[in-house]
Amino acid sequence: MELGIVAFVLTNVLVKGLLVGFVYAIIALGYTMVYGVLQLINFAHSEVFITGGVVGFEVFRILGPSPMNGYLKLAIALIAAMIVAGFLNVLIERLAYRPLRNAPRLVPLISAIGVSLVLQDVIRFLEGLAGRFNLVYVLPDVFTQRAFGVPVPFSTAIVPVQGKDVIVIVVAILMLVGLTYLVNYTRLGRAIRAVAQDRTTSGLMGIDANRIISLTFLIGGALGGVGGVLFGIFFSKVDPYAGTIPGIKAFTAAVLGGIGSIPGAVLGGLVLGLLENLIGVLNVFAQVPALGFLKSIGAEYKDIGAFIALILILIFRPAGLLGRNTTEKV
Amino acid sequence: MTTASLPPRPSTRPDRTWLLVAYTVITGALLVIFEQNLPTLAQSGLLTLFLASLYFAHQWRAAPWAKIAVGAASLLFVLPLVGRDNGAIFDLIIQIAIFAALALGLNIVVGLAGLLDLGYVAFFAVGAYLWGIFASPQIGRIYEGAAFANGINPNLFWLFLAVGIAAAAFVGILIGLPVLKLRGDYLAIVTLGLGEVIRVLATNLTVYTNGSQGITPIGSAPVGPLNAVAARLGFTEDQYNLFFLYFLVLLIVGLVILVNTRLDRSRIGRAWIAIREDEVAAQAMGVPLVRTKLLAFATGASFAGIMGVIFAAKQAFISPESFNFFQSIGVLSMVILGGMGSIPGVILGAGVVTLLNLNLLPALSEQLQATIPNLNPNLDPAKYQRFIFGVILVLMMLYRPEGLLPSVRRQIEMHEGDDGTAVPDSLSDNAARAANGGALTTGRNAEDALSPGLATREENDRSGEER
Amino acid sequence: MKKIGLSTLVIAGALSMGSSLAQQRQTIKLATLSPLSGGQSDLGTQIKNGAQVAVNEYRAQFQKLGFNLQLVGFDDQADPATGTAAARRIAADRAILGVVGTLNSGVAIPASAALAPSNVAMVSPANTANAVTDRGLKNMNRIVARDDSQGPNGARYLVDTLKAKKVYVLNDKTAYGEGLASEVEKYLRSKNVAIAGAEGTEEKNDFSSIITKIQALQPDAIYFGGIYNQIGVFAKQLREAGVNVPLMGGDGLDSAELLTIAGNGAKNIYFTTVAAPLTELPAAQKFADAYKKAFNDNAQGFGAFGYDAAKVVLEGMLKAVRDNKNKLPTRAQVQTAIRANKVSGLLSGTVQFNSVGDRREAKLYVIKVNDQLKFAPAGSVDVKAPRQ
Repeated sequence: MELGIVAFVLTNVLVKGLLVGFVYAIIALGYTMVYGVLQLINFAHSEVFITGGVVGFEVFRILGPSPMNGYLKLAIALIAAMIVAGFLNVLIERLAYRPLRNAPRLVPLISAIGVSLVLQDVIRFLEGLAGRFNLVYVLPDVFTQRAFGVPVPFSTAIVPVQGKDVIVIVVAILMLVGLTYLVNYTRLGRAIRAVAQDRTTSGLMGIDANRIISLTFLIGGALGGVGGVLFGIFFSKVDPYAGTIPGIKAFTAAVLGGIGSIPGAVLGGLVLGLLENLIGVLNVFAQVPALGFLKSIGAEYKDIGAFIALILILIFRPAGLLGRNTTEKV
Repeated sequence: MTTASLPPRPSTRPDRTWLLVAYTVITGALLVIFEQNLPTLAQSGLLTLFLASLYFAHQWRAAPWAKIAVGAASLLFVLPLVGRDNGAIFDLIIQIAIFAALALGLNIVVGLAGLLDLGYVAFFAVGAYLWGIFASPQIGRIYEGAAFANGINPNLFWLFLAVGIAAAAFVGILIGLPVLKLRGDYLAIVTLGLGEVIRVLATNLTVYTNGSQGITPIGSAPVGPLNAVAARLGFTEDQYNLFFLYFLVLLIVGLVILVNTRLDRSRIGRAWIAIREDEVAAQAMGVPLVRTKLLAFATGASFAGIMGVIFAAKQAFISPESFNFFQSIGVLSMVILGGMGSIPGVILGAGVVTLLNLNLLPALSEQLQATIPNLNPNLDPAKYQRFIFGVILVLMMLYRPEGLLPSVRRQIEMHEGDDGTAVPDSLSDNAARAANGGALTTGRNAEDALSPGLATREENDRSGEER
Repeated sequence: MKKIGLSTLVIAGALSMGSSLAQQRQTIKLATLSPLSGGQSDLGTQIKNGAQVAVNEYRAQFQKLGFNLQLVGFDDQADPATGTAAARRIAADRAILGVVGTLNSGVAIPASAALAPSNVAMVSPANTANAVTDRGLKNMNRIVARDDSQGPNGARYLVDTLKAKKVYVLNDKTAYGEGLASEVEKYLRSKNVAIAGAEGTEEKNDFSSIITKIQALQPDAIYFGGIYNQIGVFAKQLREAGVNVPLMGGDGLDSAELLTIAGNGAKNIYFTTVAAPLTELPAAQKFADAYKKAFNDNAQGFGAFGYDAAKVVLEGMLKAVRDNKNKLPTRAQVQTAIRANKVSGLLSGTVQFNSVGDRREAKLYVIKVNDQLKFAPAGSVDVKAPRQ
């Protein structure tokens, strides 16, 4: 096997892995924020983010024929998705989680699973009214044109990067920077961190925990909405049931990075994206005689490869990549 | 079913011996008479009402002879009789029993030891594939020996029930060893991942599992004498296997309940609960953490293993589709719906979820399709089973988070900090019992307790260890 | 809550008793068994809707003979155990004389076994796995071409017509896709055509690692055994990465939705199917209009197959009624009639079953997505069932 081909494959893994990783990261943030304040695995987040994807689809569909600038459409789609998904998340918290705050931890989890099932069918019903199930994004031409190429070392080949790929990276980074600023340098952020640290004491300090939790869900949901639009743009299609698997993966990413940690979620997403893509191409290296054993490890092992990596990391770094090792409070 | 784990009963509860007998006789008779001639929904309703007699037999205060008579008559007489003419009901009851055993196994892991396992169905798959591979032509394809062309001797089924237990327990330990050191939610996601790993392996190790094509036909134990009995009772030949499996699952569920009860009240059971409540304190009291957790994992897994063997024999066909993430979630919701840590609770949970999913909701949908044939296709009720299931999960958790039949411990825990929270009215009978004469059920009405506005205050009332 | 539940039951029971009393004439029911909820509900709903169009068409005919014709949709949730439970429910409802289903052969195999003792005939609109009919059940039939007919014929087209020397074979890790792909591989090996890679994936969104490998290994054709909603996304990403070699699949691609999902990426896609392209048949247009009118949705491939399968069952019922002197036939009579009947004028031509329920002969079309993004016939071959 030529060096050039190996380099081509690895460059592709790097570029595509990072791109997917950013999408996972944005979705993972929604899980990690909610987990941070409530220690709840918000199973419904997968549907919240798909709701964002559906809103994005609708915006692009409705604005499709209009001659409006593509980036303006994108902005409208993102904002609309943020609003809808954010408030949906607040509503879910209000109705399905808040009354259960004193219950054992598994109880809100089941409630979340229930909400997730309900939302799937609600989305399907709403889109079904118009006879749609597969929601294919109609993107402005600028998004699908090639933006630039990443040169492959040892070869003349180039890995093309499309306009939409650039959008994914730019939007994701903007969101991450904005969120980091919000959480670390604003009053609201301090309140969120205080509630996450110790709800009781933060209450004594005059923080209205319920309001902060609602706002956390709003932010997490809005991020999910952005994640959904990026997901739709990047993979070109969403459907009412498309959220489950990426949702589980994003949650895995959050755990991988250290749940409750914002940079952790981002790192986890990127690592997961890279790992998945790497495992998916392993069998191509089986042509190298020494690596023949890789022959049967192909795309079918992509998902579980990521899980096995997760297990290994957790065994050697039990709190995740960036999580702090906390001793349990007694 | 055992009654010993129930709280002491206040003497104020009326004796309902005759009501119980009358109820069972009436619903049983109605079911037997009308099973053929009623519209499906009414039939399902009747079946549900009849099955409720088992629940009442467990819950009501009644003479022991009445309870035993009701249980025996329902399980050994009425249900087989109805099942003879309606295979769907037979299949349903077996499925309920399988899920009940699974839920009881998961109950040890989640309910007693407090380890959130989201990949439980993996152990079920281990048992199912174990028997599936050996009892079908698949083993002949693997070893290419003519001796195994149609699978191994079906009499080995009995041995494989034991092997299934051992294999699943072994896999449980294997999976548990590296991950049980992890804290709660990490454990959840890792078990979820491992559950997927087992499914993907079943899909990809085509040589052994025949991949997505699945394995068929899978044999079951030959039981000549029992078949003769079945034949005399008017069962047709194709029902013999169901007939046999019905009594087998009843027996095994009985055993599982026995084991569960003994464990619950043993030293190990108390160690599990100690771990669930506070790991650090438990460790300080001398409970070996990893070993105790491993034991919970292995015990829970073994129940799934034996049921997997039976599932393969019942289905005669297995493929990886049967062992996905949603099955794990389904079993988990049975445990939580019924009441974590409560043996009668999780059995009820398994019954309710399975009955809803396989009987009541489909019947409702059939009825609506027949009554309103021109319904907007978007509202086709057959499409919204998951929706309804989701709504039920949410409502149950909102209005009865401790489960349908909570364990005493859990019931008190749920309301410890509340200095007296009422439970919603219709449920108060149970709650009052649990609270031992009503000491914990004073004052506020249900709405107050559930009002979101009060949540923070209540939260603040609690000690901070909850997280 | 308990009280409410009880009273609902009572009311529902009363309602249903009332409605059953009101029906004087005998009711014959056709059941569909397909995933109506969950991730595959889109496909399963089309099967049910297609069957509904057929039922609407035949209702008057049954009425003339004194029967009420009704469709009942059952949800198998794409899960074998749920499917078996539903099959037993079907067996228990004596008014159901035939079943259209299922989508997944993993469900069809145990479900048909559960229906066999009560002689309820099944006609499958989608199961291609060889094992579905190879078990020789009296009640299991199918109108689609088997894996071992679609796979080799698709592969032969790749080799003979498209002159492929090196093929990358993919599948979706379902019984359907994997079955097709393994038949394709078998054929390619027998013709000494290089297989650049062979693997499966359950991935629905991110195909980048597979596409990377395809770019590195440069096959001159790709075979993908799977369904349009997955392959459409794959094709789109494949073409965006600049790979324009022919992409071939089985009848799971027979759906206009493929064009919507893949967009321009659909060009140069081929697939094999027994259904003539919808644009070629006047009957097909009629069906598409009726479907659109009834469900405000476009008919896809599985809708058309569901319609055909339902017509085969309904014709079988009519034949059984006639053979039984216009009285209500038994299930066994319907089962025999379906197996023996010859139904022509279907979207997929004429259906006549062999002894195990495969079509005796069918025309297998190779359809190409042309540069105008339209389905165009690119060849056809007469296939016969392995047994007659």
